[in-house]
Amino acid sequence: MQVSLAKRIAHAIMDPLDGWLLALLAGVFVLSMIALFSASNQSWAKIDNKLVYTALSLLVMWLLARLSPQTVMHMALPLYVAGVLLLVGVEVAGITVNGSTRWLNVGIGRIQPSEIMKIAVPMMLAWYFQKYETTLNWRHYVVAAILIVIPGLLILKQPDLGTATLVMGAGFFALFFAGLPWKIIIGGAVAFLASLPVVWNLMHDYQRKRVLTLIDPMQDPLGDGYHIIQSMIAIGSGGVWGKGWLAGSQTHLDYIPERTTDFIFAVYSEEFGLVGNLLLLALYLGIISRCLLITARAPTLYGRLLAGAITLSFFVYVFVNMGMVAGILPVVGVPLPFMSYGGTATVSLAIGLGMLMGIGKLQRR
Amino acid sequence: MKQAARLKDPHTEERQLYWRLLAAYLFMVLMLLLLVARFVWLQVFQYEHFTTLAQNNSISLVPVQPNRGLIVDRNGIELARNYASYTLELTPDKIDNLDATIKALGEVVPITPRDLKRFQKFLSESKDFEPVPLRLKMDDTEAAKVAANLWRFPGVEVKARLYRDYPYKELTSHVLGYIGRIGPRDKDRLVAEEKAANYRGATHIGKLGLEAVYENELHGQNGFEEIETDSAGRAVRSLRRTAPVHGNTLQLALDIHLQDVADKLFGNRRGALVAIDPRSGGVLALLSKPSFDPNLFIDGIDSQSWQSLNDDWQRPLINRAIRGMYPPGSTFKPFMGMAALESGAIGPNEVRPAPGYFTLPGSSHQFRDSNPRGNGSANLARAIAVSSDTFFYKLAWDMGIDRIHPLLAQFGLGSKTGIDLDGEAIGVLPTKEWKARRFAGKRFRDEHRRWLPADVVSIGIGQGFNTYTPLQMANATAILANDGRAFHPHLVQKVTDALNGKTRLIEAAPYKQLPFKQQHYDYIKKGMQAVMQPGGTGWRLGQGLQYSMAGKTGTAQVVQIKQGAKYNAGALAEQHRDHSWFIAFAPVEQPKIAVAVIVENAGFGATAAAPIARALFDYYLTGKLSDDIRGQLETFPPSATGKQDASVAR
Repeated sequence: MQVSLAKRIAHAIMDPLDGWLLALLAGVFVLSMIALFSASNQSWAKIDNKLVYTALSLLVMWLLARLSPQTVMHMALPLYVAGVLLLVGVEVAGITVNGSTRWLNVGIGRIQPSEIMKIAVPMMLAWYFQKYETTLNWRHYVVAAILIVIPGLLILKQPDLGTATLVMGAGFFALFFAGLPWKIIIGGAVAFLASLPVVWNLMHDYQRKRVLTLIDPMQDPLGDGYHIIQSMIAIGSGGVWGKGWLAGSQTHLDYIPERTTDFIFAVYSEEFGLVGNLLLLALYLGIISRCLLITARAPTLYGRLLAGAITLSFFVYVFVNMGMVAGILPVVGVPLPFMSYGGTATVSLAIGLGMLMGIGKLQRR
Repeated sequence: MKQAARLKDPHTEERQLYWRLLAAYLFMVLMLLLLVARFVWLQVFQYEHFTTLAQNNSISLVPVQPNRGLIVDRNGIELARNYASYTLELTPDKIDNLDATIKALGEVVPITPRDLKRFQKFLSESKDFEPVPLRLKMDDTEAAKVAANLWRFPGVEVKARLYRDYPYKELTSHVLGYIGRIGPRDKDRLVAEEKAANYRGATHIGKLGLEAVYENELHGQNGFEEIETDSAGRAVRSLRRTAPVHGNTLQLALDIHLQDVADKLFGNRRGALVAIDPRSGGVLALLSKPSFDPNLFIDGIDSQSWQSLNDDWQRPLINRAIRGMYPPGSTFKPFMGMAALESGAIGPNEVRPAPGYFTLPGSSHQFRDSNPRGNGSANLARAIAVSSDTFFYKLAWDMGIDRIHPLLAQFGLGSKTGIDLDGEAIGVLPTKEWKARRFAGKRFRDEHRRWLPADVVSIGIGQGFNTYTPLQMANATAILANDGRAFHPHLVQKVTDALNGKTRLIEAAPYKQLPFKQQHYDYIKKGMQAVMQPGGTGWRLGQGLQYSMAGKTGTAQVVQIKQGAKYNAGALAEQHRDHSWFIAFAPVEQPKIAVAVIVENAGFGATAAAPIARALFDYYLTGKLSDDIRGQLETFPPSATGKQDASVAR
């Protein structure tokens, strides 16, 4: 009796969650704890903090996984509208830190509305295409594009290139899975490349600098190129096997900037080398594969679009962060999923994966 | 519409989604493979490169400064030494607001306007990443105070540094010179001489005197310390250390006690004194009065002190002993006599008239004798003893400049003596060619350039064109005293290697022997000894000698006295009065010391310069010294001779 009760409780807890995803995430979590302990110079306070927000993220994930996708879907429109209004609020009365206006004081504390849009935009699009599934024509793609561009431009204006890319990317992925014609995708890509000179002119100086130093970090080794060079040195000097845990000279002599957050991969890579990198990449590829499988099996268009968008967004996080730290992409503020230290990003990723698990649960029944 | 219809078909729709999922999946895998390729490139192919960069990042080679070699006198008394103290240094590169930082530091330790001025000067001479000293010679309390507050001041450091110190100040400045901060010109020179690496982190370099000449011996060899640093450049730990090789010790021939006695004998009169040991060429004393405190220059002299030194009409910064060019006056006569004997212009004991004046054939110009009544007749030795001018006018006239020049050049007159100091003046031992060159300028006409019969006459008594430094006169006297065995005069006697304690002697043997007859040396010496005996110009100073002494007085005209006018010291401005000269050596049989003394504008040689030489010899040879002078002497630490000799023995 006792055993069966325990079993039932365990089942009740585990049931909404996806076993595969949970196992893979656990793997990433273990690696992240190891890396954080080293990156923070063995700060138990940061470890404690991470445990707390990881537990919170799990709870959020579990709650969202339990909810029926239908219920969640109804929140799409209000969430989107609220998000856009808050972005406008930021534009009007935002708080400026380091030259960019991203935050809004909403009485109980400051929030970052652009963070909400990362999930609100794909939800909105998924809901929109589901709603017009039977009568879908080209006009709906135009409306969807507008739905993406409005928050995108508002975030770009803050300015926050990293988040704008993620938000618009998430929206585009929904569009892509909704069947946006290849002609338009390829045409759009060509148009995008053609418009680069125009974009260059619209860019802020700090963004231009980032692009320039990306092309040649050595141009300014002590200024803008410093972060990229130091993280490349960390990765390169890690070699195949790494320098060993807690033995990264770049890390412990304070050469790696933001080493617990955006650049934690440099710390990990210095100490665990190419082997460690491949292990982490394998875990991420596993997560992505599992997510795409859930997407493929989703019974509704809403589910497929949202799950697909979440999956690709997750991939973009991984690729952009690693690409940035390895010096092949510009330095934009994108954290490495579940590795980088920071509660907000982790909870927000957990929300996405929770919804994805909810969609996955639906198809199994 | 067509599209919408197609989308409505669930099968088509599903197939399309699967294709797109597959495309997305392939795209993502491809992108992740791109990352893998990047990692392989960085971590396998570029591994060596980045490993080097990582090490360069964190390991910096910090030069460890060698201790500058000591300079000690012949008895081992330290004349230039080092002591440890603290400096407060600021690196402009690492400081956001320099003025605010200096102001805040001023609340921790006193910073004077002089410190600030010096700081600004150093700042303008150095690069932004180089630390610049703001406060020097902080005591332990001050250093501790700043150290406790350092966390408030990034870019500010307290460094322990060795300071150079010249304890005998004015007494040694013209010998030792001084070190000073390495300036832009020194840097260029070090780079040109490929010594820059050995001066990494060094702040000072020899600027003048022995400190400059023996820079290579004194500086030593940099050591290096490999230090692991963090990104802010803070040292984390020391990995490896290569010890520096400290500078070598210079032991001088100079006797600081003798130098001190000479200085006190001069009092505050202007002039110079050079004493040489004829047996070795070692310089026993080298004095130039007035002098200055070399310590002022080490960390940059303030403009006020500089002005007062530079504008002083007595020119304390000029080293008169090696740079002052004076007509030798009658001290020239023994060398002139030597040349006359060698050239056969006169034989020993050959008696000649020595009247009150001398005229050239066919000229009414009178070359007067210092004794208007003349000295009757005399042989060469007596002419030296009484300093007969007319006797030497005639000799010079008989010989002619072409015979005089090569013989006197043997004594080193008119050329650098080769002493181990920079900036030695050459002086003038005239020739016909010299005169043509000297007056080659457009301002002069041919008759100025031509050698006139009268020119050689005044040269015979040490006036006219010839001018020499006190060092040259002392050197010539030493060569004469040593029967023609010539050394280059040298201040440094031996160099003790800091690494193995071995010593090297400077010039252990004479570099040449003058080709003159011994009997001529003996004869001239006899004449010089007669100077100090009754009837000689220096007889008063020869009284009560406990050893034998040879000398020659001299009086160098500063201004030409008009024909028919009489020299009247009282009527002339002080700076136009005659210089008082004296050269001497003793004991005559086995000379241990030779000296040249000049007291500027002090008149007759026997009254000012000769008493200094006599008192100096008394002290050097017998230890006798008047109570008055003894009372003024510096106190020196007990001689470290024993220690020095021990190191020599090893």
